[in-house]
Amino acid sequence: MTDAAFEDDVREPPPAEVEELELYHPHSWLTRYVFSQDAKVIAIQYGGTAIAIGLVALVLSWIIRLQLAFPGAFSFIDANHYYQSVTMHGMIMVVYMLTALFLGGFGNYLIPLMVGARDMVFPFVNMLSYWVYLLAVLVLSASFFVPGGPTGAGWTLYPPQAILSGTPGNDFGIILMLASLILFIIGFTMGGLNYVVTVLQGRTRGMSLMRMPLSVWGIFAAAVMALLAFPGLFVACVMLLLDRTLGTSFFMPSIVEGGEQLKYNGGSPILFQHLFWYFGHPEVYIVALPAFGIVSDLISTHARKNIFGYRMMVWAIVAIGVLSMVVWGHHMYISGMNPFFGFVFAITTLAIAIPTAIKVYNWVLTLWRADIHFTTPMLFALGFLVTFVNGGITGLYLGNVIVDVPLSATLFVVAHFHMVMGVAPILVIFGAIYHWYPKITGRMMDETLGKIHFWITFLGAYAIFFPMHYLGVVGVPRRFYELGETSFVPASAVALNVFITMAALLVGFAQVIFFYNLYRSYFHGKPAGGNPWRATTLEWQTPETPPGHGNWGDEQPVVYRWAYAYSVPGADKDYAPQNEPPSSRAGVSS
Amino acid sequence: MSVIGLVFVTIASIAAWWLVRQGILESPWLDEGAVAVAGGSRRIAPTAGKVGLGVFLAVVSCLFALLTAAFFMRMDSPDWVAPPAPRVLWLNTATLIASGMALRFAQFAADREELSRVRASAIAACVFAVAFLCGQLWAWRELSALGFFAAANPANAFFYLLTAVHALHLAGGIVALGRTSGRAWGEFDWRELRSSLQLCAIYWRFLLIVWLFMFAMLAGWANEFGVICRRVLS
Repeated sequence: MTDAAFEDDVREPPPAEVEELELYHPHSWLTRYVFSQDAKVIAIQYGGTAIAIGLVALVLSWIIRLQLAFPGAFSFIDANHYYQSVTMHGMIMVVYMLTALFLGGFGNYLIPLMVGARDMVFPFVNMLSYWVYLLAVLVLSASFFVPGGPTGAGWTLYPPQAILSGTPGNDFGIILMLASLILFIIGFTMGGLNYVVTVLQGRTRGMSLMRMPLSVWGIFAAAVMALLAFPGLFVACVMLLLDRTLGTSFFMPSIVEGGEQLKYNGGSPILFQHLFWYFGHPEVYIVALPAFGIVSDLISTHARKNIFGYRMMVWAIVAIGVLSMVVWGHHMYISGMNPFFGFVFAITTLAIAIPTAIKVYNWVLTLWRADIHFTTPMLFALGFLVTFVNGGITGLYLGNVIVDVPLSATLFVVAHFHMVMGVAPILVIFGAIYHWYPKITGRMMDETLGKIHFWITFLGAYAIFFPMHYLGVVGVPRRFYELGETSFVPASAVALNVFITMAALLVGFAQVIFFYNLYRSYFHGKPAGGNPWRATTLEWQTPETPPGHGNWGDEQPVVYRWAYAYSVPGADKDYAPQNEPPSSRAGVSS
Repeated sequence: MSVIGLVFVTIASIAAWWLVRQGILESPWLDEGAVAVAGGSRRIAPTAGKVGLGVFLAVVSCLFALLTAAFFMRMDSPDWVAPPAPRVLWLNTATLIASGMALRFAQFAADREELSRVRASAIAACVFAVAFLCGQLWAWRELSALGFFAAANPANAFFYLLTAVHALHLAGGIVALGRTSGRAWGEFDWRELRSSLQLCAIYWRFLLIVWLFMFAMLAGWANEFGVICRRVLS
């Protein structure tokens, strides 16, 4: 690049650059910490709410596990409570916790900082997004307190059973669930527009798309997918709500209940499944892609090595995003479909393994001969890598129609799903919190407590879900409140269920270590400084830690290189920040 | 679902074209020093508002495509009896077109900085849009007076659902247009006003196209298209 071109480019402002003075400034405690338009505060609000509701889901999982291990031993767990716990656990974890935390939490905190922006491009809409999300969470939580309790329809909410009287929570619970989901989607759309447009329009000078950290790529791609996929759930929820409240027959077929012919006629439950899974499968990658991006940054930073195959990593994120929109039919093999479409959906499902495998190979090759620092974030990143491979391999089994048919109704699916969509992303969330906590608070988290937390969580998660695959293979069905007279289930299954439950309780309680660490480090943690991990990306180069309102003081940064300039041969230090001018780095060849 | 497939292919094609223009084929590790933000071009970049509206329209396109797919899938059932399309829908279509035209006049007037004409055209656009909403309510009343209730038949339910979702989007647009028009009565910057009017005009055109397609579906003129879509997937 010539000097003249260099100067021109530096002068060219990004499309949405705003002067620091033009930013909305809070004038009171209320507008600074409650109704804040600062993406960093909104991120913490999203994160806190998502973790709080996630803890409710954790307790619900204990109820499920206690029933499976000790059927009938606890009087407060009847069949209705069991199905309600299963439903609420699933929906809360997938939508209200994981999606909200990755996109609303990490998206809000990381996007503006990592692309060098002062804030999101529509800060007011961003604030509204959080408050609508909170309202959605409150409406959902209200269903625990209404007559009949929350819905027990299963997290897929399939009609007709979701709104029939035999299903717990069919009076108010299902209505609140559907209303809450509609609110969540409206809130997410406001946030999602911000994430996408900030990446497109708010990048600072020099920050081309191919210089963006993979965390931003992952969140960006997931936000695009979510914006296109959530309308499927929105339409399904609105139509099901009308079936339930106005008596329309979008999904409800002609049906007799308790000897009485209901008013419904001719509706198509399969239509609901199409709409639900049009959203449902991309949802897996809406959670996975931010995790992929974040783990790439954790591995590269803590292994002091540039990410292997950055360009392929970006292409793989885009390819996974596109492919994941055309695989929803594999959730409906059992519902029946034209064999040709079963074949098409099987091909697209298996094809996703290609870009995903590229990412796994590239992570492994990044680690190859790297200067690996086994910090807590790195341990969680490595834990994710192993878990994701395990979960992904069982996904290949289930992607085949012929293997899926016998395994579909068993605990094998539960084990697969939790490994790939539960444990793996949650390991990344923990890793990311340990990694960015010093930037958010200015203090380091305690490493010893972090490592204890990692090993109990990682080994405990395997103690829960590894044996569950075996239970599935021997035919232990999922969704059953109790097994009863099932002669094909061996006695070992009962013992394993007890073991799994003990492990689940232990892992759950062990999270106290994490929360204690968060609390203790906030007041007594070692001062972190601006860039404790010696990282290259922009969020670590802010003039203040924690970053102030507007992020960058008087001038936004200018970006001179990609995000992975670690251990560059001939350099005087093992990393080069993205905003460090080339001339200030002696002995480095460009 | 072939309808949503078509929308998705269109969005994916635009995204692929844009990504290539943005340099997704570059090797960033070879290039140190500043690079241009928007694919190296010096042309004026679109505003954040315009890009935001484009992304929002893609989301709304998906929403209406999914409703259309559900409509065509559900209409294949033997219990489907389409209600008569109320005549007032023709008048409503005309008012929506008139609203869009008034917005266009407002844009022309804003280009020439003729304040009184901007005000008059913006008010006319709002009035016509509100008239459209009232007309849609009138169509609902007409249908329910004839006994075509939502619960009576899925075709009736779709009529109410599609018109309601479209009307809600237009109502949101009227709020935005109201805010834009309100500026013309206070202190304002002509460039900002032109930009806001342009966004409103784009949104209006989009909602008109969606309405014309919905109208064709509800009146039964798109049934053949539905048959083709179902044949592709069955």
